[in-house]
Amino acid sequence: MNPTPSQTVGPFYGYALPFPGGGDLATGGVTVHGYVRDGAGEPVPDALLEFWQADPAGSLRGAPGTLRRDPVNGAIIGRHGVDFTGFGRVPTDADGRWTLRTVVPGTGYISVCVFARGLLHHLYTRIYLAEHPFLDTLPPERARTLLAAREREDVYRFDVHLQGEKETVFFDFG
Amino acid sequence: MTSPPTQADIDLEIAAIRAAREGAETHHPGRDYAPYRSTALRHPKQPLVPLKDPEAAELTGPVFGVTDVTALDSDLTRQHLGEPMGERITVQGRVLDREGRPVRGQLVEIWQANAAGRYPHQRDDHPAPLDPNFTGVGRCLTDDDGGYAFTTVKPGAYPWRNHVNAWRPAHIHFSVFGTAFTQRLVTQMYFPGDPLFPYDPILNSVTDERARQRLVAAYDHELSTPEWSLGYRWDIVLDGPAATWMEEGR
Ligand SMILES: [Fe+2]
Repeated sequence: MNPTPSQTVGPFYGYALPFPGGGDLATGGVTVHGYVRDGAGEPVPDALLEFWQADPAGSLRGAPGTLRRDPVNGAIIGRHGVDFTGFGRVPTDADGRWTLRTVVPGTGYISVCVFARGLLHHLYTRIYLAEHPFLDTLPPERARTLLAAREREDVYRFDVHLQGEKETVFFDFG
Repeated sequence: MTSPPTQADIDLEIAAIRAAREGAETHHPGRDYAPYRSTALRHPKQPLVPLKDPEAAELTGPVFGVTDVTALDSDLTRQHLGEPMGERITVQGRVLDREGRPVRGQLVEIWQANAAGRYPHQRDDHPAPLDPNFTGVGRCLTDDDGGYAFTTVKPGAYPWRNHVNAWRPAHIHFSVFGTAFTQRLVTQMYFPGDPLFPYDPILNSVTDERARQRLVAAYDHELSTPEWSLGYRWDIVLDGPAATWMEEGR
């Protein structure tokens, strides 16, 4: 069957898709943060990033409960902190900045799906927290865009460049 | 260009790109679609890197469950003390993969403008009334047939600043998860016969007419409820590969 076409997330998803604690997958692990920038190097304040990753043992089973709800008032009370759901969602702030708190995935990378106003079809990239054999399959200047910079213990910086000289590697899974 | 483009300028761009892609069966919009002006600095210029790894994390994806939604989430007309203004509608359909298999137990999220074409978002300055009885956000999980259903009101058209006199046709935004992260879809559902279709660069970024039609719901009289609501049907087919071990369910 032919697929339903993609359309932009637009500018007004902000009261619908983000949720409290969206970027807090786990405590006591690592913090990954950065900016989303456009082809002029300007921050993108209306992007939405989704993250999907393995747990520290490498399991990709995930768990429900990322959007766990209070049955009394319907409010989102979030992950209960026991099961690792593996999924996060973070809108960029007015500075084009985002933050993710999680654990190091056993596979070595965090999968990222990028949505934004002005982006008609989402983009996939990956955050590698350390050197990895996969990165050696890419030209070095491109591989560099997938490797988070370790700023200090357990804090990593990763910027997404939608376009331009530092353009991030985006994937086609076919 | 110093002054903002007119609708006529945009129409010419839309027609030129459509002519250049005539006959090509493409499913998704190109990311560098100039008539939607915000794409200019927000699309990659390097080709996407093909990644074909049977172990890729992206061939699996997040899971959701009964704790992630409440029963009221799928009825956008019952989320406040009073009834929202507008034409009450139901929108329902199935979420399928490209093999036609139902996508079960996955999250569908929607958001939309109210009947007057206004979002409750600080950056929406369209001077149309907000509706204290309508937020315009819904969620549900697909059932065993991949089915989803929402009750809401028909959203209004609204202006935007892409060009002079730019208006979006009425639409409902959809966010859908498959069994794999590669199947992720964010899109917009349109209503049949909207006179704004030819003028809208976002809808026309889908250059193949057949694909564009797949974004338009069908009015289905069988789904209308006497003295209550009008029914629309819209099926969603997710693109992208998924891990084969998922077949056994989880
Ligand atoms: Fe919209």
